[in-house]
Amino acid sequence: MLETVLGFFRENDFWLEFLITVIKIIVVFGICAQIPPFMVWFERRAPAFMQRRKGPNRVGLFGFRLFGLIQPLADTIKLIFKEEVVPTGAHKFFYHIAPVFSLFTSLMVAAAIPFGPPLVILGRTITLSVVNLDVGFLFIFALSSLGVYGITLAGYSSNNKYSLMGALRAAAQMISYEIPLGLSLIPIVIIFGTLDLNSIVVAQANVWDWGIFRAPISFFLFVIAMFAETNRAPFDLAESEAELVAGFHTEYNSFKFSLFYFGEYVSMFVLSCLASICFFGGWQTGFISQNDLTSLLFGIQPLAVLVGVLMTFLKASFFMWLFVWVRWTLPRFRYDQLMNLGWKFMMPIGLFNIVLTAVIAGAIAFK
Amino acid sequence: MNPYLPVLMFLVFGVTIGLILSAISYFVGPQGKKNSIKSEPYECGVPMAGVAQEKFSVKFYLTAILFILFDIETVFLYVWARTFGELGWFGVVEIFVFLVILLAGYIYVLRRGALEWN
Repeated sequence: MLETVLGFFRENDFWLEFLITVIKIIVVFGICAQIPPFMVWFERRAPAFMQRRKGPNRVGLFGFRLFGLIQPLADTIKLIFKEEVVPTGAHKFFYHIAPVFSLFTSLMVAAAIPFGPPLVILGRTITLSVVNLDVGFLFIFALSSLGVYGITLAGYSSNNKYSLMGALRAAAQMISYEIPLGLSLIPIVIIFGTLDLNSIVVAQANVWDWGIFRAPISFFLFVIAMFAETNRAPFDLAESEAELVAGFHTEYNSFKFSLFYFGEYVSMFVLSCLASICFFGGWQTGFISQNDLTSLLFGIQPLAVLVGVLMTFLKASFFMWLFVWVRWTLPRFRYDQLMNLGWKFMMPIGLFNIVLTAVIAGAIAFK
Repeated sequence: MNPYLPVLMFLVFGVTIGLILSAISYFVGPQGKKNSIKSEPYECGVPMAGVAQEKFSVKFYLTAILFILFDIETVFLYVWARTFGELGWFGVVEIFVFLVILLAGYIYVLRRGALEWN
């Protein structure tokens, strides 16, 4: 029986690839599904320590409190077993489809992230990203800008003024910062000469080749745009609770409500990964090449891959921490300040940065 | 295997998971009685005044139009950035001309106050 199945996959290369892709999809979804619960816990726990409180620390399993890590699980179960109330006058179809949109667009972006170096098993090379395109950058931008639809549909279909205002603000903000985000990564493309994310990581083997040292202005622009893209403080105008109740998801409840948070945290995670890939060498350790690392780990290539994956997560978690840190440190922007920052400050600097990079890179490369 | 097939597979997977997760509360949650007050859109506790889909500032529309303009420009720049090494100084000069023309439009938009929020 087993021999028949193995023989089938040995002969049909397409179905083997198909099976590998299915496994990769499930693993990536599994990773992404762990991010929101952990971040929900962390985002209550970290400010608690900043404000000398305790934060959630009671919920535990079998008498072990585990620092309250089970709290999000309890919250999830509670949310699942809540009654679903659809407001009168809501546009039913869009109301139900908006959280799905918000979820799958952010998941799709995660598909293009290379989490580690290519894995070699039984002579077969497996890339550690579901979607392995040579235009990874454009794929990520195309799909991450789709995320604005989920928010707009949610706000517009809820039949609530606060939702509508929140959605409009969020949409205008996200599309405005899409431009600086795009402009900030062009110098990276100039320097590394590729749109393929894996090649960019490969080119950053040495610490001094990392994107942050070769394009520092890009890094700052990217980080600021990253905060605005995910509607996070200090740019969380979409859900400024003093003015707009909860913003675009005011009318959502039960598990649909949490799907918006799922989408938000996953896109935070994806942008964190992108930042670490473009500016901090992704899965590279920075001082030891992948081949040296493999021979150091007794020639076991999967171990070296594991180190690479851990490096990606380490670097991404720094940015996740930055999200929380900034949220509890800086006050919220006013809307006109936000728009001015995006259009009048970051866009010209982004263009200037491209010109500067082109001239310097040209002077080095063309002589 | 076509590199775009995983995109399709992930799309199908993502939409399915999303639909399942968003429908789950409907099936396992309690089904309470519906009444008009309970399902009224939230407006800080007072009865709803007027309709929610009312007029909003044209500024949002203007921002969207400008976004399309400048985002297409960004996409053009990506194409140039990818072929930076092959094009050499010729490409750099050409893209500077393009940026100067674009900058003229940007300054016009700025002067007309399209980006003023108050």
